[in-house]
Amino acid sequence: MAALTGKQQTGWTAANFVVIVLALIPVAWLVSLSFKAPSAVTDPSFWPAQWTWGNYSGILTSAQFLRPLVNSIGIGLISTFISVVLASMAAYAVARLSFPGKSVLIGLALLIAMFPLIALVTPMFTIERSLGLFNTWFGLIIPYVAFGLPLGIYTLSAFFREIPWELEKAAKMDGASPFQAFTLVIAPLAAPGMVTTAILVFLACWNDFLLAISFTSTISSRTAPAAMEYFSGGSVFTTPTGPISAAAVVITIPIIIFVLFFQRRIVAGLTSGAVKG
Amino acid sequence: MAPITLDHITKRYPDGSLAVNDFNLQIQDGEFVILVGPSGCGKSTTLNMIAGLEDITSGELLIGGAVVNNKSPKDRDIAMVFQSYALYPHMTVRENMGFALKLAKVPKDVINQKVEEAARILDLTQHLDRKPANLSGGQRQRVAMGRAIVRDPAAFLMDEPLSNLDAKLRVQMRTQVSRIQRRLGTTTVYVTHDQVEALTLGDRVAVMRSGLLQQVGTPGELYHRPFNLFVAGFIGSPAMNFLPGSLEGGALRTALGDFPLTDELRREVEGANAGRDVIVGIRPENFEDAALVPAETRARGITFKTAIDVLESIGSDVFVYFTRGRDTRVSSAELDELAADSGSTDTGADAETVTARLDAATRVREGTDAELWADGAAIHVFDPATGRNLSLAAKAGDPVPPAPQQEGSAS
Repeated sequence: MAALTGKQQTGWTAANFVVIVLALIPVAWLVSLSFKAPSAVTDPSFWPAQWTWGNYSGILTSAQFLRPLVNSIGIGLISTFISVVLASMAAYAVARLSFPGKSVLIGLALLIAMFPLIALVTPMFTIERSLGLFNTWFGLIIPYVAFGLPLGIYTLSAFFREIPWELEKAAKMDGASPFQAFTLVIAPLAAPGMVTTAILVFLACWNDFLLAISFTSTISSRTAPAAMEYFSGGSVFTTPTGPISAAAVVITIPIIIFVLFFQRRIVAGLTSGAVKG
Repeated sequence: MAPITLDHITKRYPDGSLAVNDFNLQIQDGEFVILVGPSGCGKSTTLNMIAGLEDITSGELLIGGAVVNNKSPKDRDIAMVFQSYALYPHMTVRENMGFALKLAKVPKDVINQKVEEAARILDLTQHLDRKPANLSGGQRQRVAMGRAIVRDPAAFLMDEPLSNLDAKLRVQMRTQVSRIQRRLGTTTVYVTHDQVEALTLGDRVAVMRSGLLQQVGTPGELYHRPFNLFVAGFIGSPAMNFLPGSLEGGALRTALGDFPLTDELRREVEGANAGRDVIVGIRPENFEDAALVPAETRARGITFKTAIDVLESIGSDVFVYFTRGRDTRVSSAELDELAADSGSTDTGADAETVTARLDAATRVREGTDAELWADGAAIHVFDPATGRNLSLAAKAGDPVPPAPQQEGSAS
């Protein structure tokens, strides 16, 4: 890319600034609301006149939020784990092997990803009811894995294609079984791809509202985004704006930590030095 | 350590293309055999079949006397060095070299001892704890060698292991590969497209073309007694010169002059029923500055006058290039393939140019006319239709001449 001229640089900086501000204003507003007392929510000032932890202490001592938070973490992690394991095997097959029906498989995976979720909610609800999965962890984990897989297969097969084929041949010559070659040589090299996939799948599970609200009925399996819907205000006439804001801030924090922690691994080019000089 | 036998090995891909056709080769225990040929000749496929990375369509492969056609690579007890080295980037040099032993569940201290011994042979001791990304090309190549050595396998397979190195390092590593192989005495099959590498490294060299084995022999045999046009043109650098010739009376008429035919050669050529038109091959070193040829050997060949187009002196020798006249292009599928492989069709190099290697003492000058001598006893006569060398029988009585000097002419 050619170096930018001074004028272009100023233009880009300004554009970036506008985008970042537009994205961050709602977040700042959310944070501000979460620190306002219920009576001050309608207060026209952007930042609260009186900062209060009341909303946080309220939700963090309430089982109505804590239990769903645990559900969110548990369901999210299990779904992510299953998705990544299955997706990496499938992606490996897609990237490395030629087998009959390969293009059909890829097409089906894409189809699942493209299907509007809302159209599936009603039939899935009926299925889950009849299978006894309604309002259970697995009632959410199974659809999350199903919708996480297409994404995972796509991302990971791109990563697997980048890994030199000869590494696997070398592992075979070194006496590795196909499974050992995969787990000891290929998978470690695809780790950045797996982490990327894991983050994307986890985010999707963590942020899901539609399935969570449809397939759960009590806090025993309701996830945090769905639980916020059931918050109640101080009286019938007050909306729980403060607690919802506080809960939204709380569930955003793990995501930020997650991404910051794995960011380095995502960008690291692990395969450098594998081949040639 | 084990002999390897390839018995009528054939590889046919599902789309019907024949990659290797009826390949027969006996590799002795401890022998260093080179598979050489232009790209696409099936040499890597053959190596992969020995390794077990590709299925054998038909024929039998024996390693150490046992048929291994259906054994997976890990049960064949062979180690392979890849062109790209294929080092595991997430492991240190030590882990890379010990990986096979770790998989074989060898005790840790034994692994360490073997890895360190291999590292000492390869001069890698101070790099053992580095990752491949932090090594130079030559060091990576040595790690790849080390990975094979620590296994102490029945055979080494090497797939163009030096082709990613720069020219100088390649020559050094070539010597080292040879030394290591002698020291370990392990049966080695080595694939290369570089005929200089093939001639310098191999106990025996197998030349392949389009999936067919053309000739197997010691480097000297291939050089001095090529079975056909392809081997003659492929082996040797600079390559053999080819000119059209015709048999007229007792002589072989070429653009350079009439070579006297020995009775043996005439009988052979006539017996082959090849017709009167032949292709004559002369190696560059079979020319000489006529002034430097002693009178008693002069009669063996012919002298001719030619204008020298280009002269290159490399100190020990002088290479001269001259054209041999119009309408003297020889056509043959084998030569066309060689030309395409060497890139001379891309560079537009003139097929009518003759290369001659003269003694450094020559007084020939560029752009002037010179009198050159061509050794009639060293010429090869080929049947243009089949490519077969018709002068082999005539040379049967010759003592095998000393191995050619290849170092200086490395390209």
